Amino acid sequence: MDILKFITAGSVDDGKSTLIGRLLYDSESILADQLEALHRSNRKNDDGSIDLAILTDGLKAEREQGITIDVAYKYFQTDKRKFIIADTPGHIQYTRNMVTGASNANLAIILIDARKGVIEQTIRHSFLVSLLGIQQVVVCINKMDMVDYSEAVYENIVNDYKALSYKVGLKNIKYIPVSALKGDNIVYPSLNIDWYKGDSLLHFLETVELEVDDSKAHARFPVQWVIRPQTDDLHDYRGYAGRVSSGSFKVNDKVTVLPSGFHSSIEKIELLDEEPDEASAGMSVTIHLKDEIDISRGDILVNTQYQPEVSQLIEADLCWMDTRTLDTSLTYFIQHNSKVTRCRIQEILYKVNINTLEKEYNEDFKLNDIGRVLIKTAEPLAFDLYQNNKANGGAIIIDSRTNVTVGALMLRAIGE
Amino acid sequence: MSKHQLDYLDELEAEAIYILREVAGQFEKPALLFSGGKDSITLVRLAEKAFRPGKFPFPLVHIDTGHNFIETIEYRDAMIKRIGEKLIIGHVQDSINEGKVVEQKGKNASRNALQTVTLLDTIAKYQFDACIGGARRDEEKARAKERIFSVRDEFGQWDPKRQRPELWNIFNGKIHKGENVRVFPISNWTELDVWNYIRREKIELPSIYFAHKREVITRNGQLMGASPFLNMDDDDIIENRTVRFRTIGDMTCTAAVESYAYHIDDIIDEISASKISERGARMDDKVSEAAMEDRKKGGYF
Repeated sequence: MDILKFITAGSVDDGKSTLIGRLLYDSESILADQLEALHRSNRKNDDGSIDLAILTDGLKAEREQGITIDVAYKYFQTDKRKFIIADTPGHIQYTRNMVTGASNANLAIILIDARKGVIEQTIRHSFLVSLLGIQQVVVCINKMDMVDYSEAVYENIVNDYKALSYKVGLKNIKYIPVSALKGDNIVYPSLNIDWYKGDSLLHFLETVELEVDDSKAHARFPVQWVIRPQTDDLHDYRGYAGRVSSGSFKVNDKVTVLPSGFHSSIEKIELLDEEPDEASAGMSVTIHLKDEIDISRGDILVNTQYQPEVSQLIEADLCWMDTRTLDTSLTYFIQHNSKVTRCRIQEILYKVNINTLEKEYNEDFKLNDIGRVLIKTAEPLAFDLYQNNKANGGAIIIDSRTNVTVGALMLRAIGE
Repeated sequence: MSKHQLDYLDELEAEAIYILREVAGQFEKPALLFSGGKDSITLVRLAEKAFRPGKFPFPLVHIDTGHNFIETIEYRDAMIKRIGEKLIIGHVQDSINEGKVVEQKGKNASRNALQTVTLLDTIAKYQFDACIGGARRDEEKARAKERIFSVRDEFGQWDPKRQRPELWNIFNGKIHKGENVRVFPISNWTELDVWNYIRREKIELPSIYFAHKREVITRNGQLMGASPFLNMDDDDIIENRTVRFRTIGDMTCTAAVESYAYHIDDIIDEISASKISERGARMDDKVSEAAMEDRKKGGYF
């Protein structure tokens, strides 16, 4: 059994919370006491049925306003897979929340209201999914019950979305006509939509084969911690603790330490009492090298044959996440894997209007703005381009005054 | 997924180890909050995987309400001996003696709420800047939005609006003096995941997790273990039942469930088919729908 992490993009009006609630309810992932609380609640649908959206609304403020204002994580599993849902709000003022949820997702569900079709927010959500590099998209055309389960309506929306997907660069797309409210095609195939012969949403989520990009990318191992017991019997023990962020390392592989550039090879890989010959993407291990080199947290071990970019000048896509406007004269921190150094956003190259996808050229970079910037770092970063390696191509900006995370960076090129 | 995809328990384990090592790398004075429950016992196992053959870069901290199950305390002391790590105990009784908190009265009196003060005092005394805990997002709705690195202000408060975005696997642990971060390495685990991991790793647990005979009374539809800590009156009828505990907290607020699960396989079967979620057996969450959120804002775990 493996884990599928997915994000749901859509707004309250599209029935997003209802869709997740339906997925949990129909897959019998709700326990008796939670169900009891659900039935006890005063919130009901117009027809008197229970409001499944309550299952995903977490905090008081949200319950009061009836909107999701943060990223809520939900867990359920079937006998095929364990699922982690990042439920994020759909309105434009919560773009940063969606970017956050999307950064860890392998799949995105994009909800379209069958009555409205492809609208501004659909463009926005699709652009963000593409920007964050999510490889698989499921377009759920919801509220089919409100359009008499019309195939023509569905086909029109599919065609419109195809045009959009070319524009934003999305490739693997699955289309499913659903009604979250009535339960059509969520867990069970719909009797009302007999013209659709494909998978229900859950069946698709259970069976979709995803290429894990990080396992195919080149071998990277950011060092988090150096284990040096310095006891009598372990006097010379020196293990580099970390998690393989992409690719895989084998014993005897030639590795280079960056940014210093020293070479060595792998003597041993450890995981408590085990000594595996190979450590692949996602594994937390301890690596021993054949040579004694000065390595500390913030350094990265890479396969010598396939080295990343090393630069202090980087072009990146930036999503700004703070209420204070980006200040190009200010020094921020940049955190890239275990490495933290100072940086300056040297230049705003352009911004993208995320509703129309048009480029804009003005200097103000505000909350939820997205665009291309040029960054200068105090120390060189050993990074991969985000489009080739998400794990070694993403970074965050931290405001040195407040310590808050204020920006998400997708590193795209060496700067000039 | 691809051939390289890890099994889900391996993936959860690797993520938790990664988070523990981030704590070690980013903080000056971290601590691991140890309750004696299965989640914090799992954390200890994960810490062994993260840092052995070295020592843990943090002590274990136990906030002792004084109303613990004796089995929990015995387990704790044996475990500390086995792993050879440092244990710091914060006593709720001390907070009561110092007049910082007042013991609750009445039938449902519990020291559960009081431990928040002892916890915050212990954090202040030792100047911990990061406290690792075993909370999971699947436990309760308010926890579903909890970050893995959750910043608390100098009053220990959690502000849902001030939470930092967490992108990819990058955790921002920068804080101002006086603030601290609660870190939850097993955020993404469910109750069933924890049990499956305990089985796979053959981790020993306090005996009260397994079915045993115990004197209980029924309160508000829940089975409470009879103890000197529970305020009882003539309405309370003591019965001898075969029960086990799904969570281990204070004796006054942790309910038992009727069970014949004597072995971990039985427990996993029981949970897989269970009709009540784990926190359903916690009286402290029942008070209102927003009970957990209110306690979190006040500094409760």
